[in-house]
Amino acid sequence: MSDDAQEIIGDYKYGFHDPENSTIRFDKGLSEQVVRDISELKNEPQWMTDIRVKAYRHFVERVMPEWGNCSLLNMIDFENVTYFLRSSDQTEKSWDDVPDDIKNTFNRLGIPEAEQKWLGGVTAQYESEAVYHSIREDLEEQGVIFLDMDSGLKEYPEIVKKYFGTVIPHSDNKFSALNTAVWSGGSFLYIPKGVHVEMPVQAYFRINAKNMGQFERTLIIADEGSSVHYVEGCTAPSYSTDSLHSAVVELIAMDGAKIRYSTVQNWSSNVYNLVTKRAVAHRNATVEWVDGNIGSKLTMKYPSVLLKGEGAHAEVISVAYAGKGQHQDTGAKVHHLASNTTSNILSKSISKGGGRSSYRGLLQVTPKSTGCRSKVVCDALILDEDSRSDTYPTMEIGNSTSDLEHEASVSKVSSDQLFYLMSRGFSEEEAMGLIVNGFFEPFTRELPMEYAVELNKLLELEMEGSIG
Amino acid sequence: MADEILRVEDLHVSVEGTPILKGLSLTIHRGEIHAIMGRNGAGKSTLANVVMGHPAYEITSGNIFFKGEPLEDLEVFQRARAGMFLSFQYPAAIPGVQVGTFLKKSVASVRDDPPKGRAFRKELTAAMDKLSMDKSFLSRYVNDGFSGGEKKRLEILQMLLLQPHLALLDETDSGLDIDALRIVAQGINEVAADSACLIITHYQRLLDLVKPHYVHAMIDGAIIRTGGPELALELEDRGYDWLEVTA
Ligand SMILES: Nc1ncnc2c1ncn2[C@@H]1O[C@H](COP(=O)(O)OP(=O)(O)O)[C@@H](O)[C@H]1O
Ligand SMILES: [Mg+2]
Repeated sequence: MSDDAQEIIGDYKYGFHDPENSTIRFDKGLSEQVVRDISELKNEPQWMTDIRVKAYRHFVERVMPEWGNCSLLNMIDFENVTYFLRSSDQTEKSWDDVPDDIKNTFNRLGIPEAEQKWLGGVTAQYESEAVYHSIREDLEEQGVIFLDMDSGLKEYPEIVKKYFGTVIPHSDNKFSALNTAVWSGGSFLYIPKGVHVEMPVQAYFRINAKNMGQFERTLIIADEGSSVHYVEGCTAPSYSTDSLHSAVVELIAMDGAKIRYSTVQNWSSNVYNLVTKRAVAHRNATVEWVDGNIGSKLTMKYPSVLLKGEGAHAEVISVAYAGKGQHQDTGAKVHHLASNTTSNILSKSISKGGGRSSYRGLLQVTPKSTGCRSKVVCDALILDEDSRSDTYPTMEIGNSTSDLEHEASVSKVSSDQLFYLMSRGFSEEEAMGLIVNGFFEPFTRELPMEYAVELNKLLELEMEGSIG
Repeated sequence: MADEILRVEDLHVSVEGTPILKGLSLTIHRGEIHAIMGRNGAGKSTLANVVMGHPAYEITSGNIFFKGEPLEDLEVFQRARAGMFLSFQYPAAIPGVQVGTFLKKSVASVRDDPPKGRAFRKELTAAMDKLSMDKSFLSRYVNDGFSGGEKKRLEILQMLLLQPHLALLDETDSGLDIDALRIVAQGINEVAADSACLIITHYQRLLDLVKPHYVHAMIDGAIIRTGGPELALELEDRGYDWLEVTA
């Protein structure tokens, strides 16, 4: 491990990296040719190449967002990013066939073990592409399609063509344009009518190389009356130079379907995490975003739901932890586009050691969408004087028959709480760890148990060695 | 002579520059139950907090010894691990932290040879049964939305599980109905048999159930009279004014 990596790796236990072995690696920098080369390399149909090129041109013209953290955004050097890196020639179905370095990494991250114990399927992406992929046979027999996105496009081009970019058009924002231009990897998941996938399926995204850009693209379609829980994890080595992760995730929940999408991103603190996630919920469908942001340098991510069909329901539960040198600009957007739709938004953030967290939310009820109900709760916990928390809620309510609640609170850890816990034998750091875990509990309890335990440990670790 | 557990010597304590305790002395041995009574604002909670090590209180002079060792260098959690326990007048709520998890972790950090797994659960169940506490307590969040009585019960449950050598009970009787008081008193008696116990109270009714060996009357930051159980009756009957006159 190089010295600079060692220096900043600190307590981040996923900060190790492998040698950078690649079978194909593009030179750094972005141009229309790079975009075309990616498409050609992947042997894509012409229509996909055309979408990519169009998106690239839009990206070039599109200005940076003027909110979030402009000074950090403007520090991104798009010419110093590797846009495509293939580290393994195939997506393997058995871990034994995955190259050793990469397999060891995923072993250290506990993925094969989790797969054995509690997952219905796994995609493991390393740099630009999936290196491993599998799905339980019984799910396959029921017609569930779970592939990495590149294979999805190859094997089911008509489905991909029908839905790709329909929820998040390339022109949505600068980073959705970038992703559409250079996307690689991600998941393609289709659940047939009436099928309930009981075990969660998981995708794990790992960046290994320096200055890497990872642009996965995920499309999930839950057909009528079906249900699925999709879990996503991500980590990267700690480097002193920046990496860029810019994903686009599109979810489509048909009538009566239910999709839960859970993420705990724990990128190292040199990663820009600029992700667009949006779902469409048709009649009586439910979409739940369970979104945890612990790592990264700057995250800008606002999982959204378009409630398009009557009776649809959205649930967004998110937490953000902003430690030293981190800015978590997160939130939720819900658009009530049909009558009698309901939504719940719960957002919790912790800022510590000079970290900054911002809640940015949008709640929209169109004039014709009557009888909607929504509740938004934002709680911020600030652990020291240097840290910061802001809330930017926007409400656009088009009628008077809807019932909306909004609550926001900012609090500090009280000395009474600390004294109480310490009088029960907890050191100050342990006491902080308990308080912080308790604060995130409404989120943690929604996670699969293994993730919850991991998250609690992570937060306890964050409280260590930092109290003077 | 039984083992000395707590010795407070001519203690002066200030909060934000205001003197609260003004020369308080007190010694408690193993197996002794002491009661402190005094008006609101006399400094009773201050004494309990400062013995436990609350950082807001400044000791301007005097000393506190626990089992003969000076306490000044011990942090709050080290005092807990050494065997000191404070039942709070106003226990703090810790939202999101389940009672069960909290108790397990607390016992693991305080006790020398903490029971684990099934042994812990067995001990926990036995203690909760003694206090007539329902299992559902365990999945609630620590003191969050608890009634006054529920909070006090949870304090006593912790005392039973942590098995302290010194128990400081700050108005543990307030907010309890008579049945709950009886149950809590049983818990205190059980622990008090083998430890040193300091009960802070306004009322005689707890002292009917937990018999103190010594009763101290506290006025304006100092103990001005010490007696036996009969002093508690007299204080409840006559108030504190007569002491000020004779002091
Ligand atoms: N943390 C504190 N900050 C400021 N004043 C305090 C604090 N704790 C106690 N005091 C003051 O010290 C005095 C004694 O309080 P306390 O010890 O709570 O009395 P008691 O428990 O006998 O009712 C009161 O005047 C109270 O206002
Ligand atoms: Mg008091």
